Amino acid sequence: MARLVVVGHGPTAYRLIETLVDRGFGGSITVLGEEPRAAYDRVALTSYLTGKSAEDLTYPVPDGITLRLNARVTGIDRESRVVTTADGHTEPYDVLVLATGSSPFVPPVPGKDLDGCFVYRTIDDLDAIREASRGATAGVVIGGGLLGLEAADALRGLGLQTHVVEMGGWLMPRQVDEGGGAVLRGHIEALGLGVHTGAGVKEIVAGPQGRVTGLVKPDGETIEAQVVVFSAGVRPRDELARSSGLAVGERGGIVVDDGMRTSDPAIYAIGECVLHDGMVYGLVGPCFTMAEVAADRILGGEGAFARADMSTKLKLLGVEVAQFGAMDGALDVTFMDPVTGVYQKLFVSDDARTLLGGICVGDATPYNTLKPFVGRELPGAPSELLFTGGPSNMELPDDAQVCSCNNVTKGQICSAIADKGLTDVAGIKACTRAGTACGSCVPMLKQILIKSGVEVSKALCEHFAHSRAELFDIVRVRGITTFSQLITEHGTGRGCDVCKPTVASILASLGNGHILDGEQAALQDTNDHFLANIQRNGTYSVVPRIPGGEITPDKLIVIGEVARDFGLYTKITGGQRIDLFGARVEQLPLIWKRLVDAGFESGHAYGKALRTVKSCVGSTWCRYGVQDSVGLAVALELRYRGLRSPHKLKSAVSGCARECAEARGKDFGIIATEQGWNLYVGGNGGFTPRHADLFASDLSTDELIRTIDRFLMFYIRTADRLQRTSVWLENQGLDYVKEVVLEDSLGICAELEAQMERHVAGYADEWRAVLEDQDRLRRFVSFVNAPGTPDPSIAFEPERDQVKPVLIPLEAVRS
Amino acid sequence: MTVLSEDLSAGLEETGWTRVCAYADLMPERGVCALVDGHQIAVFRTFDGGLYAIGNRDPFSGAYVLSRGIVGTRAEEPTVASPMHKEVFSLVTGVCLDDPGVSVPTYRVRVAGGAVEVSLA
Ligand SMILES: Cc1cc2nc3c(=O)[nH]c(=O)nc-3n(C[C@H](O)[C@H](O)[C@H](O)COP(=O)(O)OP(=O)(O)OC[C@H]3O[C@@H](n4cnc5c(N)ncnc54)[C@H](O)[C@@H]3O)c2cc1C
Ligand code: HEM
Ligand code: SF4
Repeated sequence: MARLVVVGHGPTAYRLIETLVDRGFGGSITVLGEEPRAAYDRVALTSYLTGKSAEDLTYPVPDGITLRLNARVTGIDRESRVVTTADGHTEPYDVLVLATGSSPFVPPVPGKDLDGCFVYRTIDDLDAIREASRGATAGVVIGGGLLGLEAADALRGLGLQTHVVEMGGWLMPRQVDEGGGAVLRGHIEALGLGVHTGAGVKEIVAGPQGRVTGLVKPDGETIEAQVVVFSAGVRPRDELARSSGLAVGERGGIVVDDGMRTSDPAIYAIGECVLHDGMVYGLVGPCFTMAEVAADRILGGEGAFARADMSTKLKLLGVEVAQFGAMDGALDVTFMDPVTGVYQKLFVSDDARTLLGGICVGDATPYNTLKPFVGRELPGAPSELLFTGGPSNMELPDDAQVCSCNNVTKGQICSAIADKGLTDVAGIKACTRAGTACGSCVPMLKQILIKSGVEVSKALCEHFAHSRAELFDIVRVRGITTFSQLITEHGTGRGCDVCKPTVASILASLGNGHILDGEQAALQDTNDHFLANIQRNGTYSVVPRIPGGEITPDKLIVIGEVARDFGLYTKITGGQRIDLFGARVEQLPLIWKRLVDAGFESGHAYGKALRTVKSCVGSTWCRYGVQDSVGLAVALELRYRGLRSPHKLKSAVSGCARECAEARGKDFGIIATEQGWNLYVGGNGGFTPRHADLFASDLSTDELIRTIDRFLMFYIRTADRLQRTSVWLENQGLDYVKEVVLEDSLGICAELEAQMERHVAGYADEWRAVLEDQDRLRRFVSFVNAPGTPDPSIAFEPERDQVKPVLIPLEAVRS
Repeated sequence: MTVLSEDLSAGLEETGWTRVCAYADLMPERGVCALVDGHQIAVFRTFDGGLYAIGNRDPFSGAYVLSRGIVGTRAEEPTVASPMHKEVFSLVTGVCLDDPGVSVPTYRVRVAGGAVEVSLA
């Protein structure tokens, strides 16, 4: 029986062993690893600082293999085929695999070994960095490459004021050119990091206790720091190979052939420690391929390793950076938007038709859409592709590589979709491994799925196969009043953040009492649950209703007093009312008690519901006005207040055709005419602005209200979840909605009107109802076991004579 | 981790457990936040009566808000969705199911004598 011995237990060794075991290797496997723990996902190392445990990152160890930890191999006796570890253990082998990886390079600067200097490679390194950061205020990372920026992000997440020192002229010199580096620097400085490029290190200095206190640059400037992380590149760990007489490269790396065999046929080498065809690879993708090739050879196969793709795409500190293919070419085309910090460059052949490579900073769309075209003819003019992000119907050739980490082509993905009937990205991942390593190709997997004709389901979420409109009908027709009943009879599982609020909204539209009563309370998202709008630091904002934007001086004074007494930031909203920011949950009832006592009621700014009906001052004061726009706006706002709908509803009334209230930007807008009112519907601001369409002209006030009643209820019945009236109207068609609402083509108008009447009659102020009920009030505490204690994570600082939140430092979030 | 059964050894003082509220105070399918030794712990009661405890801090926004998210399931796994940007976390493992590289801590939680107790250990 063959005895296989593996030196090193990192990701590459893990993949080798997994492949051998999967493929039924008959011999014994012994692994000697230097670290105190089994192989773990080093690519995800930083997540160890953001909540993952060492166990989470550790790969499973297959049954039947022998794994020795804390076992550094110090010698290979190639003659008698035995390896020796530092503690004297010997292990005989028939086949030996070196998977010793690489070690961080620490430049020989004075002070590099001081207490407080670290590298960033292992879980132990991160433990030490975390420990040292506890009493520290500032840190510096030496090296502004990929790993350096990742380490800087981690230090920032540990709460340190962080600097990056890069010897080269700009950040990430391996991946981006000077222009891209400048844009990247802008992003990173905006996050509060100090960036020092073109700067070496003269020495690292220490205080009297020998602990690091800072870094001195050659120009004499000192950067104060108690934590120093070296990230100046990596070196292959070839020392063992070197001392046992195996061939190694002049600048490091164990020399191997295409079958991963070293100069000794009984010894293979794989992973970051390897020099293949003059290249050392610092990425898991090629390392995994090497592991599979070596496994194949050990099993008697003919697998061969070919030069691997070195494209990179990552998101560091929230900035997308990507590089693919070559970093120069006969011609180049650059797109740069200094305002949004986007820099994109394509390198093309001299006839501008063949793509050679590209660089992206700030927006990596071209990486996703264009990378498979490297070495091929482009599907359009390069400048156009950059400006438009590439036509979405671009056809990729079948042999184009989609996932470079696991070397999967578009053809392989398409056949997996067809043969296995795959319908989602998870399925593609499981079958082909595409998208399972760095994840940057996942957007492309989605596109391939859509193009392969997989039907995009109308199902609301995994719990309901129905659309919102279908659920609305089920609830209405069957008279269902609880989520539990609905999901038991018509769904699966227990719901989620998609279907629960949707059903809550349907139940509320159909008038099922207070939204915080009984089981309904658990369905509401946090805004509805606390009847306030959550803000970025976890506090809430309070918006009392000011119908039509009309308010008395006394009420204005109350708002001012409440804001002053509770220290709230005040801002006039775009909807002609006032927003009070910075309330903690336990303050909400106290604030609302004061407001309700003064005659205010909830403004439903937190709900998918009617927001405001804005108005211009109208004929009462304006010398042009032809109708009382304020009076109508107040009446409409009072009629539709509290109406829950698929999405928020906004409205406005203008007193004449000059349209000062901007009614045509609203879901339903009204413009006064000499004869009455014109009604416009389906307007929108936001992402996709849309002018409202004229729906009916010269209506009397009664006709107008009846029309709006029908229109809104028809929308509530038939729209998708989170579909504004603008999109809904375009999907249904203006003429069709006119037929239903104005001509009653479906014979449902009496029902729609009756439903609205029930809403109007059933309306009660949600906040007053909360204040009157101890049970509903109980939820308004920051801590269930310390009801009077405010959340200590919430703090404010002054800005322009008011307060603003002190933001909580964010750790690195990989995406 | 969940301990559903009443603790029979309630008489034997075991250290490390902190009482946070009565079990009956918890609304099914909803969370509350408890402050234990300066740690903010989000405690959830699911529809079947199960209890779960995870860190209250949403790692994506930095805000301490997970206890106020919507509880649900994803393929049988009990979950909570952050109220900030809707990332979904497993209540069992604390791992973000939308971005498995990110997770929040989990804590032990049990019912003892009608009271909900959590342990930082
Ligand atoms: C913070 C960080 C982030 C990264 N992010 C990415 C990324 O996003 N994408 C990407 O593609 N790559 C990334 N990488 C690189 C990736 O982790 C490596 O490509 C991968 O770890 C290489 O695996 P390996 O098994 O060849 O080497 P290693 O992971 O270095 O494992 C080698 C192991 O062998 C042990 N060893 C060495 N010598 C001996 C000996 N003589 N006796 C016994 N044991 C020995 C070492 O202690 C080590 O445990 C990242 C690396 C780091 C540090
Ligand atoms: C989220 C995705 C990624 C992250 C966070 C990441 C991070 C890193 C880090 C930290 C290093 C260490 C070396 C240094 O300081 O420069 C590195 C090296 C490298 N990465 Fe990535 N990487 C990612 C994806 C990729 C991909 C997909 C590729 C190509 C397939 C790639 C290509 C490289 C190369 C060529 C190196 C070697 C640099 C050297 O020689 O030091 N990276 N990467
Ligand atoms: S829309 Fe007409 S009525 Fe209203 S303020 Fe403007 S000009 Fe006056």
